[in-house]
Amino acid sequence: MNFEMSDDRRMLADSLARYLADACPVEGRVDVAYTAPWHSEEAWVGLAELGAFYALAPEEAGGMGGSGFDISVVFEALGRALCPEPVLATLLGLRLLADAGRDVEEVLAGQRLAVGIGELDAPYDLDGITCHAEGGLLTGRKSVVYGGAGAERLLIAAQAEGKLALFDVNAEDAQISGYGTIDGGPAAEVFLDGTPGELILGDARAALEEALDAGALALCAEALGAMEVVQGILIDYLKTRKQFGQPIGAFQALQHRAIDLGIEIEQARSIVILAASAEGGPEFGKRVAQAKFLVGKIARQVSEEAIQMHGGIGITWEYPLAHYAKRLVMIDAQLGDTDWHLERLMGALAAE
Amino acid sequence: MDLNFSPEEQAFQAEVQAFLAEALPAEIAGRVGRGEEPTREDMERWHAILNEKGWLAGTWPEEFGGQGWGPIELHIFEEECAKASAPRIVPFGTKMLGPVLMKFGTPAQQAEYLPRILDGRDWWCQGYSEPGAGSDLASLKTKAERDGDVYVVNGQKTWTTLGQYANRIFCLVRTKFEGKPQEGISFLLIDLDTPGIEMRPIRLIEGGYEVNEVFFTDVRVPVGNLVGEENMGWTIAKYLLGHERTNIAGTGFSVQALRQVKALAKQVKRGGKALIESPLFAARLASVEAELEAVKITNLRMLSKAAAGGQLGAEPSMLKIKGTVIRQELNDLARRALGPAAAPFPSEDLDNLAIAPKGHAHNASGYFNNRKISIYGGSNEIQRNILAKGMMRG
Repeated sequence: MNFEMSDDRRMLADSLARYLADACPVEGRVDVAYTAPWHSEEAWVGLAELGAFYALAPEEAGGMGGSGFDISVVFEALGRALCPEPVLATLLGLRLLADAGRDVEEVLAGQRLAVGIGELDAPYDLDGITCHAEGGLLTGRKSVVYGGAGAERLLIAAQAEGKLALFDVNAEDAQISGYGTIDGGPAAEVFLDGTPGELILGDARAALEEALDAGALALCAEALGAMEVVQGILIDYLKTRKQFGQPIGAFQALQHRAIDLGIEIEQARSIVILAASAEGGPEFGKRVAQAKFLVGKIARQVSEEAIQMHGGIGITWEYPLAHYAKRLVMIDAQLGDTDWHLERLMGALAAE
Repeated sequence: MDLNFSPEEQAFQAEVQAFLAEALPAEIAGRVGRGEEPTREDMERWHAILNEKGWLAGTWPEEFGGQGWGPIELHIFEEECAKASAPRIVPFGTKMLGPVLMKFGTPAQQAEYLPRILDGRDWWCQGYSEPGAGSDLASLKTKAERDGDVYVVNGQKTWTTLGQYANRIFCLVRTKFEGKPQEGISFLLIDLDTPGIEMRPIRLIEGGYEVNEVFFTDVRVPVGNLVGEENMGWTIAKYLLGHERTNIAGTGFSVQALRQVKALAKQVKRGGKALIESPLFAARLASVEAELEAVKITNLRMLSKAAAGGQLGAEPSMLKIKGTVIRQELNDLARRALGPAAAPFPSEDLDNLAIAPKGHAHNASGYFNNRKISIYGGSNEIQRNILAKGMMRG
């Protein structure tokens, strides 16, 4: 038993943290994340040059990592920095392209790619996908495609010949309406109307499920990083903010609530470790569902409670907590929310 | 990162499993598995079996009759015992007084008392809480006044677990009445046969009898029964409470409870379908399972740190809070799964009516009785106070 990070991963975490503190400071984030292109092209290039994407791909695919703990280290660092760069899309893309046996060199070097899976009436559920292909031409709409604004390349999940298939699409051939999200970062609606696409996986179901699980693990780790920053901000505030002649942290009503958040964050860390350790094994899906369910619940609690304990300052645009809080709440809506993952676990219970 | 036990630890785990399969009497495991309180004979028999193996107090050093287990071995042993429905080892001698005597006792006290804990000649109980000193333990009033070679003890203790089976009690008593309350407390060993002691049962919510009030009227205790220095009792009490807290989350009990609830929810029918297919029940079950998986990892993280010689800070308090809440949720699901079949007051007369599925007649009793786990050993609110102190200081 050993819960220490390996030296390689520690170095990766440290260099990422240093880079992000410099290239994506939280103070400057509001200028970047909420105005087009809703991220920093300079920071994106910098992340690629740092080799951050190599850590997300296995060696067979030309990368230098790709395991559960590689993913969690990278995304925890992104979460701490509240970085709006669309790295999640790259993670999903790398896994899908590797499964399709495609070269990923361009993606590792920083090609902006987005993965269109969810639709308006089927944000999470692969069975509900209606986008379809005939003769290599795609028709349908992909909704809230994270990283979609500014993407050069799209991977699109669509029904083809009775199976869920995966297509490689040149972004210039699709109609992309880009926008920023409420928690900062680029997304888009992608409209396909007889759009040409190259079939790269005829039966993509297993690959999609696996990639989505890896993505959900990444989001859990990102939330964990963000939650730990919020906890630090909160404890500082409890110690320094004075009312009624004493620090508000002297009040037991607030102490116990802050402590409960700390306990929940430890639960989140533990379940992220468990899910990361299960990557590549038969329990990965179950562990990810447990993690995304717990972390989704805890992230919202941390966000709401930290705001409440701060009072009005917690909901001001200029205070970083507010932006962390938005990310922590909205992260639940990506790749399956709390209820969706709980239903996954419930379905599995009866079958056990 | 490696979440697995080492090959040596895995071998030990297999050894414990094999031992339990062979040595744990089926009728005892049956009672514990059904949620009934083990009898006095059950506990004494199990202690004797463990003592013969040398595992009754496995963490004690070999010179005192233990195995010198570290935190990971203890964790493995306790988890496997819980999963096998072994009775909990009565902790007052093995886990509490034993380590105290090794640290603060005289060689004579160690030689006299430690062997008697292991071979069962002594059954110790604990005299800590008082009617006016629960969470605020330092305000305790039971006094011990020096009179020549003896202390004269007067006062009342309460919540003394299994005192009805004990022949000795270790007590926190007040020996100084001025200054800070913590600085006037001493740790005293008292023979329950001494004149002036009365033990009265307290019946608990589910009807069981496991705790007592103990009254002391002019009880004369030899000064040689003092452990450590006079007025050093608070230090000893803190040492005792801080000792061996690695099982504080009780994850072994929860793993066992989860397994039982799952089996029950497949057996019980609602609306023509198994209860486990009911969305509301399944949601609660899947939620608590995720919580349990997380707290198991938190527990292993703490063990790993303790085994590497790290100083534990906030971890035991966090684990106590989370671990007890999870166990109580599982107890509630086990009760709730039965519906009205949980209602009959458990009685052997009812067994042949088979109202609840076999082995589940005590589910409501277990739910009510286990309200205690978030109260005893420093209530969950006291744990939060401890954590908050660290938070505001740190």
